[in-house]
Amino acid sequence: MTHTPVHYAAASGAFSLSWLLIALPLAGAAVLLLGGRRTDRFGHLIGTAAAALSFVVGVVLFAAMLGRSGEDRAVSQHLFSWIPVNGFQVDVGLLVDQLSIVFVLLITGVGTLIHIYSIGYMAHDPARRKFFAYMNLFLASMLLLVLGNNFLSLYAGWELVGLSSYLLIKFWEYKPAAATAANKAFYMNRVGDVGLAIAIMLMFATVGSTSYADVFGAAAANVIGYGTISAIALLLLLGACGKSGQFPLQAWLPDAMEGPTPISALIHAATMVTAGVYLIVRSAPIFNESQAARTVVVVIGAITILLGCVIGCAYDDIKKVLAYSTVSQIGYMFLAVGLGPAGYAIGIMHLLAHGFFKAGLFLGAGSVIHAMDDDQDLRHYGGLWRYMPITWATFGLGFLAIIGFPGLSGFFTKDRIIETAFDKGGTSGYLLGAVALLGAGITAFYMSRLFLMTFHGRPRWSGEGEDARHPHESPPTMTGPMIILAIGSTFAGGLFVLGHSMQNWLEPVAGEGVEGVHTFSPIVLTALTLVVVAGGCAAAWLRYQARPVEATARPDAEVTLVTVAARHDLFANTLNETIAMRPGQFLTRFLVWLDLVGVDGLVRGSAAGIGGLSGRMRRLQTGFVRSYALSMLGGAVLMVGALLLVWGG
Amino acid sequence: MNSVPWLTILLLVPAVAAVVVAALPRRLATQAKQLTLAVTLVVLVLAVLATFAYHPNRAGFQFAQRYDWIPTFGISYAVGADGISLVLILLTALLVPVVVLSSWDEFDSEPDGPSGPSGPSDGVVPGDGGGSGPGGDPGTGGGGTAVLVAAPPAPVVDAAAAPRRSVPVFCALLLVLEAGLVGVFAATDVFLFYVFFEAILIPMYFLIGSFGPAGQQAQRSYAAVKFLIYSLLGGLLMLAAVIGLYVVSAEQLGSGTFDFALLRQLDITPGVQKLLFLGFFVAFAIKAPLFPFHTWLPDAGAQAPVGGAVLLVGLLDKVGTFGLIRYCIPLFPDASDYFAPLVLALAIIGIFYGALLAIGQRDMKRLVSYTSLAHFGFIALGLFAFTSQAGTGAVLYMVNHGLSTGLLFLVVGFLIARRGTADIGAYGGLAKVTPVLAGTMLVAGLSSLALPGTNSFVSEFLVLVGTFTYNKALAIVATAGIVLAAIYVLSLYQRTMTGPITHEANRTLPDLSWREKAVVAPMIALIIGLGVYPKPLIDIVRPTVTATYTDVGKSDPAPTHPVTVQPGGRS
Repeated sequence: MTHTPVHYAAASGAFSLSWLLIALPLAGAAVLLLGGRRTDRFGHLIGTAAAALSFVVGVVLFAAMLGRSGEDRAVSQHLFSWIPVNGFQVDVGLLVDQLSIVFVLLITGVGTLIHIYSIGYMAHDPARRKFFAYMNLFLASMLLLVLGNNFLSLYAGWELVGLSSYLLIKFWEYKPAAATAANKAFYMNRVGDVGLAIAIMLMFATVGSTSYADVFGAAAANVIGYGTISAIALLLLLGACGKSGQFPLQAWLPDAMEGPTPISALIHAATMVTAGVYLIVRSAPIFNESQAARTVVVVIGAITILLGCVIGCAYDDIKKVLAYSTVSQIGYMFLAVGLGPAGYAIGIMHLLAHGFFKAGLFLGAGSVIHAMDDDQDLRHYGGLWRYMPITWATFGLGFLAIIGFPGLSGFFTKDRIIETAFDKGGTSGYLLGAVALLGAGITAFYMSRLFLMTFHGRPRWSGEGEDARHPHESPPTMTGPMIILAIGSTFAGGLFVLGHSMQNWLEPVAGEGVEGVHTFSPIVLTALTLVVVAGGCAAAWLRYQARPVEATARPDAEVTLVTVAARHDLFANTLNETIAMRPGQFLTRFLVWLDLVGVDGLVRGSAAGIGGLSGRMRRLQTGFVRSYALSMLGGAVLMVGALLLVWGG
Repeated sequence: MNSVPWLTILLLVPAVAAVVVAALPRRLATQAKQLTLAVTLVVLVLAVLATFAYHPNRAGFQFAQRYDWIPTFGISYAVGADGISLVLILLTALLVPVVVLSSWDEFDSEPDGPSGPSGPSDGVVPGDGGGSGPGGDPGTGGGGTAVLVAAPPAPVVDAAAAPRRSVPVFCALLLVLEAGLVGVFAATDVFLFYVFFEAILIPMYFLIGSFGPAGQQAQRSYAAVKFLIYSLLGGLLMLAAVIGLYVVSAEQLGSGTFDFALLRQLDITPGVQKLLFLGFFVAFAIKAPLFPFHTWLPDAGAQAPVGGAVLLVGLLDKVGTFGLIRYCIPLFPDASDYFAPLVLALAIIGIFYGALLAIGQRDMKRLVSYTSLAHFGFIALGLFAFTSQAGTGAVLYMVNHGLSTGLLFLVVGFLIARRGTADIGAYGGLAKVTPVLAGTMLVAGLSSLALPGTNSFVSEFLVLVGTFTYNKALAIVATAGIVLAAIYVLSLYQRTMTGPITHEANRTLPDLSWREKAVVAPMIALIIGLGVYPKPLIDIVRPTVTATYTDVGKSDPAPTHPVTVQPGGRS
């Protein structure tokens, strides 16, 4: 690869309006939050309109970009000087290029659909306006994240999406579980943010700038030492792991399902949690220079794929299964982008396809949960296809897409990841390929289990008496977005690979995807993958369709150790509590005690020792004015004495 | 415009008003409050005008004035403003009217005034009420043996029967404090600085001892006396160092002087520098406060009336950090170098120690006080990293901390005014009952944890990035502190605002009134405004900070692999 200095065109024409992308949803959020209850009646419309308008701007920009020649497509717009202190000059600026525009379309497109869905889903919630305000805030933050033209703007968006996520996880904050989950998400994200922040400081100390142009220019020009650039890459990775729920910072994401389901679809599946993948692809010039960092990325991706899959098999809560599925699918993306230039575009393709099908699956899950009176337990479902045909059909397409059914999105994108992993060559290539392949099989198993337990088999919900449930199809505001997302899940993947369209589009950012030597011929590998996936589906069929499903899960004592471990999130929370929370609590209590009797006591004691201050303290207690005057007098005498000495000398 | 004596005006207006307000009889409480609010708003307008008249890029002090005061000793009334003191005067001018308005009903002497549970009632302890000095001689009555013992709260006595605290006196104390703070930031004569430094103790002592939470007589006077003893001890050490400076100046210049600009040119031997540095440093470290000089702060913060706590933590403590950059570093550069590792170590300890202790508190006011200990750690870190980024960040931090912690204290005060207790356990689930109050607490908290988009992020990141170029390890350790900040802020919010309502009394709490909204609105606007567009403030502070470090021979480390030419002041 040859490196040219990083150059971005100046904003002109339609591109000078790119700030509107962020300003529109931000204004929506401001109006809804400041307007208060007065905007209750139409707040959801304002929120949805802001999202939709932002999408329109995104489409216009995309069209304008298509009209430009390849090298002029990356457009950088300086907005204003943000933090200027001598050598440290940080601007707020936007970079609209091939990578960010793809994200803009995903965020505003899926975002608008989920806004529409939420009109119906949150119709009976008294705080619906606030919900839309926070969603608009999220859109603005997420757009800032992907559009910033320097790392500090990205960092601002990065932490602000964390805020929106926090606000929305605890949207029903009267539920203690929701409030706790929101805090956990924020804390674990902040651990990642520490990494990102230090990475930015290291960039500034090394290059003297935080702008993409300067940092990437230096990275590509090979002037930064290997140790430094690897350190930057690994710190970025820490941030990426926190935001994207990757090992070892994955434990917050399943808990985040306490938030309303549209949020799980938008933030915790389609967009925010994939920001880590964006960060790595955006920082491709940095990761390209560090083999070590890329190796860590693939290892984390591989671990997370398996971890998410295994736990996903054990849960009976429909949203938790989908959450762990997200964890594992993002693991696939990490695996892909960790493979370097060969995998960047493929990772992004899977990210976009996942954005469609996982958002669709979550919206479908929300539709089911709605129909089942907020019951999320798969064991209480069954046979719902008869009552909710549209949900069944759209969810079914999402399900087929995620397991990689031939012709649907996942088939194209996930298979490419498996293929690229094997193509890495050597033992590591086989190992990674095998993990990806195994993951595909397990994914097929747990997703089939989920699908079958929900829509097929004997109904396990009570049909009569006072608790009678009447499952029903959701209103059009909800089914409409589900249908559109199902269409996307079906065709997006094919569209991306058609004539390598996505790879060619992203080439200026992600580099040329090197067509390596195939370890297996693609046909063989595709066949192998299909066999594994079919095996997973068949296992689920035998276990959850051919045999009746128990209405309650078997107790831990009767299941295998693996299942027990998976039910306990592979003991991730236990581990966190043991190594971080408990010692922290102990330390805190100890310090509170120490401060009271130790530090304070010591200072008091030494004060008493030095100047008999405790005696003076008692005098002050009995007659403040007199004592104060006395000490002032003391000071004055001291001073006069010293001055006399000076004079004398 | 520079012929206008802005600083003297800013000093005199509140001082004169204080005398007038203090002379008002008690029954004119409302008039006293109105007058005070008007005067403090005038001061705010004047301070803003002065800021417009200030030329950021002009070297040296502006609006300077000098009159001989005690010529025999070379003492003069000399004031002047640089970028650092100007923004702190601005902060003073902003926070005092905010405090006046927020304390509006707190000491209402109208018998049927809308006072909350913490209203005018004062624990009547037998033998209470020396009633001599202004403000009814605070806390001097309670049993003399109560000192150093955290006594149980005295029973709250029927409000009507209790002696009421004088509103005019309260207002006058605020005005005196404002004048003193302007003086301490504006002084360019070291002796004058010392006088103001000690003078502001007096109104604060009375505010804590006399106007603190009702029914906690013993703890109040304990806290007030502790505050005073600590500050006096520091002040005396500083006085010794001030005299030492005079001695050195007399030796070198022929005649002794307290003039800052002249003292700055002295060539002090390293040994003497170290001694004098310590004299100033201990005074400032107590005032700021830095670990381990902090133990007076949680008591004072908890026992001061909320308005007093805002001024104490938001402004008074800034005198300490201000002193570090105004006096310690320029006057004693060698000693600053020598002691920098010590100061930085205390700063890092403070960041973690303060944060962990904040997490462990059950009393909201103590919690906020401990968070300040962590924040002062960041400020000290920034000041002693000796880079223009870290230093500018630290000075911005002083302002931003006044806004964010000030707002946090105000919110805590609103809660206490409604429920009469600072105990976190008494709250829970309030987001549903008082959504605006909850939202305000969240904004204040987010600023406290330095979320981007709020003012504090700018200052905290500047401190960290500037420290990083000076010493990577220190910056990395300090950055880890942002996780703890998230914990102390969000757990406070969680425990007070989320979950089910566990106390019946909380079910009917009123949300923010219009007056309270008027108090918090400008604070929130500044928190967000200065987070998004901090440039105007940076442009005032940066030249002074840069010059301070340049004068003592410190320059920013250059990047190791610069790719672009970084023009010094592209803007």
